[in-house]
Amino acid sequence: MFKWLDPYAKSETLYHFCGKLLPYLMVSALALLLLGNIWGLAFTPADYQQGDSYRIIHIHVPSAIMSMGAYAAMASAAFVALVWQIKVAHWAVLAIAPIGAIYTAIALITGMAWGKPMWGAWWVWDARLTSELILLFLYLGVIALNGAFSDRQVGAKVSSLLALIGVINLPIIHFSVEWWNTLHQGATITKFAKPSIDPSMLWPLLISILAFAVLLMALTCLRLRTAILVNEQHRPWVRKLVGG
Amino acid sequence: MHFQSFSEFLAMGGYGFFVWLSFGATYLLLSGLIAASVYQHKQFKQQLKATIAREQRVKQYQEQQV
Amino acid sequence: MVSLVFLQRELRLLARQKADWLNPILFFIIVLSLFPLGVGPEPNMLRIIAPGVIWIAALLSVLLAAERLFKDDYRNGVIEQLVAGRQSLLPFVLAKTFANWLSTGLPLLVLSPVVALLLGLGQAELGAMALTLLLGTPLLSLLSVLGSALTMAADKGGILLALLILPLYIPLLIFASSAIEAASMGLGYQGQLAILLAMLLLALALVPMAVTSALRINVS
Repeated sequence: MFKWLDPYAKSETLYHFCGKLLPYLMVSALALLLLGNIWGLAFTPADYQQGDSYRIIHIHVPSAIMSMGAYAAMASAAFVALVWQIKVAHWAVLAIAPIGAIYTAIALITGMAWGKPMWGAWWVWDARLTSELILLFLYLGVIALNGAFSDRQVGAKVSSLLALIGVINLPIIHFSVEWWNTLHQGATITKFAKPSIDPSMLWPLLISILAFAVLLMALTCLRLRTAILVNEQHRPWVRKLVGG
Repeated sequence: MHFQSFSEFLAMGGYGFFVWLSFGATYLLLSGLIAASVYQHKQFKQQLKATIAREQRVKQYQEQQV
Repeated sequence: MVSLVFLQRELRLLARQKADWLNPILFFIIVLSLFPLGVGPEPNMLRIIAPGVIWIAALLSVLLAAERLFKDDYRNGVIEQLVAGRQSLLPFVLAKTFANWLSTGLPLLVLSPVVALLLGLGQAELGAMALTLLLGTPLLSLLSVLGSALTMAADKGGILLALLILPLYIPLLIFASSAIEAASMGLGYQGQLAILLAMLLLALALVPMAVTSALRINVS
């Protein structure tokens, strides 16, 4: 069923495939990001309760959603890597981890900047902010664990295993934090049946979410290409590509 | 257009500091990540190219010696 | 049967390396006695912070013992032999975990009356603390074996292990300290205990598998 995927497990094919996709992904990510953010910043009405401060939603929600999306992508790559022993999937795990960490940091910073005018404090032990902070720790753990091994192959494998362990723990951590602090705002966007957000505000938000997703793909492509070169530097095809 | 003037746009209804802080931090971090990723890629390619060139020179030299 | 042989070996090693398990216990007691010195000996204050303090001290002391769990076996080549021997690693992992619990978890449980004395806890809180320690410390042992197995071949250990496994301890910390807190307010805490038990059983099912694959990866 997945036979058509096989060539992409070969690093050389994947390198060129990512190289072909990269410019399209990067340009469309930046275009979508500018479109969504300018629309959200200047062309939507102010919220009747939060005034103009709610405009932070256009980066806070996309970065928060995609920080979890990145973890899901990283854990899927880790699963593929460990079950089918595919090397490029290990490198994909390591390529995604820093992107996810940056997205998580963005979600935290914007959450704090939004919390200050709304809650009156930079940091409130709100369930979502706390979960996001723990997510950052998990990302940093994957990055640090990989850095602690002098053998690159072993480091990549152990980091993949940690990413998988983290994905089993994330829901448990999330629900225990949620239970610990039930003082949080209700979900804004997950309720698609009866959106509590005005449609005129929803469109730029969806565009920004898409922009963060495409940017995640673009950066993964770029970092994966570097990882392939680093790990395959003694292979003839890399020598020909770079040296020739 | 929601805002009447540019200065009103900058003020963000009194929340200017928080809004621009978040957007500024976001764009700073994202552009930093993009720049770092591009730099790493280019840097490694250059480094590898230099290594390969050196190996070839050594090989050429050894062949001349024989 | 194989597990028993491994367990015997672990216990013999522990009997020879007394510092490995005595130091964490001492650390636990010292940290707990520092809190009254730091925040003042007022009984009401101590009663409020006790649940969290007890569990944070427990987490840190278990973490101290986790660092060296597999290091010696790895350096001596014991793990390599086990992996090369084509035998299941499961008995070894289970024996390791159980020995770790016997040497770090069980002493905490035994010490809980002393802790209650230090922090001025009543009968109900003491009972809740003992029950959460009974259910929680095996989970702590499982997770620290996991963290130790992941970092076994790492060149830089130490603080890395804390970064990896402290986030995994969070659910345990939340439910265990909330059970003690509920007990101190005279409320029932069966719910928290049930969740602790559920987490323990889940970990018991999944962690040994993850540990064996971590050991295999580390020696390959």
